Amino acid sequence: MKMLSLAAATAALAVLATPAFAQTKSVAVTAIVEHPALDAARDGVRDALKDAGFREGENLQFSYQSAQGNPATAAQIARQLVGDRPDVIVPISTPSAQAVVAATRDIPVVFTAVTDPLGAQLVTDMEKPGGNVTGLSDMSPLAEHLALIKEITPDAKRIGIPYNPGEPNSVTVVNMMKEMAQEQGLEIVEATATRSADVQAAARSLVGRADVMYIPLDNTIVSALEGVVSVADQNDIPVYAADTASVDRGAFAAVGFNYYDVGRQTGEVVARILKGENAGDIPVRVAAGTDLVVNPAAAEAQGVKLPEAVVSRATKVIGQ
Amino acid sequence: MSQVALLGAVEIGLVFALVGLGVYLAFRVLDFPDLTVDGSFPLGAAVAATMIVAGVNPWLASLGAMAAGAVAGLVTATLNVRFRILHLLASILTMIALFSVNLRVMGRPNVALIAQETVLTPFYGLGVPEHIVRPLFVLVVVAIVVLLLARFLGSEFGLAMRATGVNARMARAQGVSTDLHVYVGMALSNALVGLAGALFAQTNGFADVTAGIGTIVVGLAAVIVGETVFRARRLLWILVGCVFGSIVYRLAIQFALSADVIGLQASDLNLVTAVLVAVALILPRVRVRAGGGRAPRRVPAQ
Repeated sequence: MKMLSLAAATAALAVLATPAFAQTKSVAVTAIVEHPALDAARDGVRDALKDAGFREGENLQFSYQSAQGNPATAAQIARQLVGDRPDVIVPISTPSAQAVVAATRDIPVVFTAVTDPLGAQLVTDMEKPGGNVTGLSDMSPLAEHLALIKEITPDAKRIGIPYNPGEPNSVTVVNMMKEMAQEQGLEIVEATATRSADVQAAARSLVGRADVMYIPLDNTIVSALEGVVSVADQNDIPVYAADTASVDRGAFAAVGFNYYDVGRQTGEVVARILKGENAGDIPVRVAAGTDLVVNPAAAEAQGVKLPEAVVSRATKVIGQ
Repeated sequence: MSQVALLGAVEIGLVFALVGLGVYLAFRVLDFPDLTVDGSFPLGAAVAATMIVAGVNPWLASLGAMAAGAVAGLVTATLNVRFRILHLLASILTMIALFSVNLRVMGRPNVALIAQETVLTPFYGLGVPEHIVRPLFVLVVVAIVVLLLARFLGSEFGLAMRATGVNARMARAQGVSTDLHVYVGMALSNALVGLAGALFAQTNGFADVTAGIGTIVVGLAAVIVGETVFRARRLLWILVGCVFGSIVYRLAIQFALSADVIGLQASDLNLVTAVLVAVALILPRVRVRAGGGRAPRRVPAQ
């Protein structure tokens, strides 16, 4: 970390193309837990700020704290950040965002990776949030997910979803999936795991009950994705994912957010606030832009044939 | 470390002091290793938050949370006393069952209280900054609980409860109904933990089903740090020691959070916290040794 920021600072000095911002700004990022998708979001925030002229170690102080999965720690981190009075606080995930929003009424907050900001009471109005809070929702494009499932595996009637019933984001998604699936004559089969150690067992419970598996943006399941993949590979069950990073780790197809891009969009909002806009005046948006990523090797292992049409329009094909 | 961060750590420490007191009651007074608290803490948060969202007065909701915690304690006690299930296992059963119960209570994994009226709302308008009001409020609650608890444990009933924990056989021979005391003690212990959950939800704006993770560890750390650093013999001071221990634990986390200056990463948090707590436990012994004295004997809690 230190070395990197030092290197970045030296590199920036060498270029000497510094747009002169008078004073150093500070941005504090915090997440409930560390895993690839949330970490990618954090890096996206940092890089978007850099593109907007806020360079770490030069005119930007960028800090990051993880609550290591513990909401009480998240609450404590929230107090610490409020005490440090950065220019903007960026909480990633619902509990972190709630803790930060409850702890300050004046420091600008830009939350991200929150599926249902209204339900979490972070804002009362998406268009005009008011106050000191705005942010990005990562409500998955579920219709696109179902469409992809129907396109690649038209015979699949039972969609197995492993998820943690303790995660608000996942419960929202599963409930919406159930409604949409019913309309389309599909069945959702649930398998719950409350800890990452239980994920593989949850996946195994879907063998014989589900034709395909769908991995929502669930911190617990995504943390232990390899457990799901090994079950799927052994039993020829195709695994779809809601985030593209999971395709690198053995899911065979995903149309969804690249969390790095979600982070970048968040960072753009942060930059607007650093340049003087009011957080409360910026509408809460649903993250935009979805990528289609496929993994032919995983598809083969899980016994699916990837249609040529899908491969050719994919944003990224793993292994090529 | 800023004042807001420091007071925030103290405030969360005070909330978890109630957990420490509950754990003291179960582990030390009753000699009942009780892991129910990992479930009764989020249960208290869930019940309070759900009732407040439904429009119930927040004070009543907090009492409801205590009642729910007490019921959880009674379930564990019943499994142990009535059905002879090993205490550790009985409490684990209740704890894992409570995860599902908490999801049922809330109807979803997370209930927000950010826009709701809480027990603290009337105090926010007094002109004192919120980050000072919150720890003061919790301090008053904890002080009242400590005084009442000290009084209770000093009463005839409380003495009988302590006797139950020290030597159940002897207590029975003296005509003490040990079963009754286990029931009451466990109910009281988990009621305090439920209250802690209710306060946590109201001071932090949300109840989350995962909020119980590691509650027992925090509670035990509070009790043991309090005992080691305070080494008190009087009951009242032992209880104050639990409160103190809980605050020390949170301060350790606070220091760990600020440790990035010495090149530590965010992911080192738990390790640094553990090391700091271990140092807090070891230091008093080392000091005694260095001073030529004997290492202190383990001070029995009763």
